[in-house]
Amino acid sequence: MSKGLTAALRRGARLTALSVFSLFCGLAFSLLPAQPAWAGEEILITGSTTVLPVMQKAGEAFMAAHPDISLAISGGGSGNGIKALNEGLCKVAMSSRDIKASELEEARAKGVRPQRLAIAVDALLPVLHPSNPVNALSLDQLRDIYAGKIVNWKEVGGRDEKIVVISRDTSSGTFESWADTVMRGEKTAASALMQASNGGVAQAVAGNRRAIGYIGFGYLNASLKKIKVNNIEGTAENALNKTWPIARELYIFTNGEPAGAVKKLTDFLLDPRKGQKAVAETGFIPLPLKK
Amino acid sequence: MTVETKLNSMRRDALVKERLIRLALAGVAWTSLLFLGLIMLFLFREGLPLFALLSPAEFFSGMDWRPTSEPPEFGILPLIAGSVAVTGISSAIAIPLGIMTAAWLAEFAPPLLRRLCKPLIELLASLPSVVLGFFGMVVLAPMLQEYFDADTGLNIFNAGLTLAFMCVPTICSVAEDAIFAVPVSLREASLALGATRWETTSRVVLPAAFSGIGTACMLGMSRGIGETMVVLMTAGGAGIIPSALFDPARPMPAAIAAEMAEAAFGGEHYRALFAIGMTLFMFTLAFNLIARRITEKRGLAGG
Repeated sequence: MSKGLTAALRRGARLTALSVFSLFCGLAFSLLPAQPAWAGEEILITGSTTVLPVMQKAGEAFMAAHPDISLAISGGGSGNGIKALNEGLCKVAMSSRDIKASELEEARAKGVRPQRLAIAVDALLPVLHPSNPVNALSLDQLRDIYAGKIVNWKEVGGRDEKIVVISRDTSSGTFESWADTVMRGEKTAASALMQASNGGVAQAVAGNRRAIGYIGFGYLNASLKKIKVNNIEGTAENALNKTWPIARELYIFTNGEPAGAVKKLTDFLLDPRKGQKAVAETGFIPLPLKK
Repeated sequence: MTVETKLNSMRRDALVKERLIRLALAGVAWTSLLFLGLIMLFLFREGLPLFALLSPAEFFSGMDWRPTSEPPEFGILPLIAGSVAVTGISSAIAIPLGIMTAAWLAEFAPPLLRRLCKPLIELLASLPSVVLGFFGMVVLAPMLQEYFDADTGLNIFNAGLTLAFMCVPTICSVAEDAIFAVPVSLREASLALGATRWETTSRVVLPAAFSGIGTACMLGMSRGIGETMVVLMTAGGAGIIPSALFDPARPMPAAIAAEMAEAAFGGEHYRALFAIGMTLFMFTLAFNLIARRITEKRGLAGG
């Protein structure tokens, strides 16, 4: 074999060796456990994007207080969270709604016993443009507006203008909660505008004097007008004493009674000076103190 | 070793080297094709199983898109209508604007201005779509409500107009290349026959560049129909068939983007979203095929 060719081949061989080596390194690293061995126990938490900010905020404080436990928190939706719990892919599922009968059945079939724990209250607030003269609506009027049966503001004592209905995307936990508490079986009109986030709804309502929307309590600002529903003021107290009709609890689900590290986490979440502080800081309503 | 054998071995070396390089390049080219094929395969593998649960007729002609109600409804006719409406409006704005700009740049603009304008227009194409979407949402929407008394500023007109901003650079740039590539001899012949510059442009140069201009329009439209962020932010997201210029709509990409994160992996909703992706892919494929056909049919200058 001539010199030129051998040199070229040798270069090639070296390159191949290098790439094989780096490939091997990459593989080796990806095979290593995601968490260093000395970090102790890891709790996988997934589910509702509504609960996610609460869990992230509380989780940071929790990990600072318990260096031996690490949390891996991700979103994906209430349904996905419960599904992951049922399949044993996570230890804690976050959900902005109660478990469905079909999901409970699936859990039983897989030998999982979902245990519900309320960690906060999320109250929804119907909001209007500040220039809208309407101050109060009944729950039935809200339902008819969202179902497309009431289409003009003058039908509920407002200006002679079309009602522009703004809703959350059908896949969001907030939409489901609104469907449960307000729509009660009625379908949201197809002509409703869909927004992907609480912020999007707030922005759209603040920018349109004919609009109505609904948001979480934490998203109320000066460019929006809240209204009374069934003559009840939308306040934190009313949401807690359950007179406010559009409220829901936020949950976490565990497999069976919390124990060990998970028990430490649930205790932390319910502590008024720890987890419940994070609840208030993220715009939700903390649970009342239990005796 | 004689001089001759040495030369021979060097030549052989060069040949082997060349073959290796050629193989490597072919490998790279095939890799990108392979990835494209795999992505397509994935799209169809995830989407097609939907039709075991739902007939294609129900899917494509259903009037209601309610993926999370009980029982769910997966009719994508309103979503297709939304996409078609938004793309139609944006084309109606962007195609005349893009072609006229291209004609002016190639035929009438002073060379200095042309050299300056073209890169600027191409720069417009690199504007992130989320920035345009934000512009549509925050600036255009309140304007439409105020000056046109629209019920909502988030509607197909807003989305079409915002999309047009994205399509004009693509259309203009490709069309300008096509017009510029028309041989000077054609123009000279036309002018020598006594035609004015406008007559030359409109009756000689533009028809000669027809295939290139057609390709430009199709590329612009296929960019428009697949664009996600702009329609998600500005079209309003209502699942109805729009019947007026200021009606909201829920174009296909917006539905996929808004719902994919919440759809349970492997579930019916997830499959339906992939099936929408397949539909969208068919649309862009059709646009590209039409663009190719135009190029082949009228294989004149600029093709």
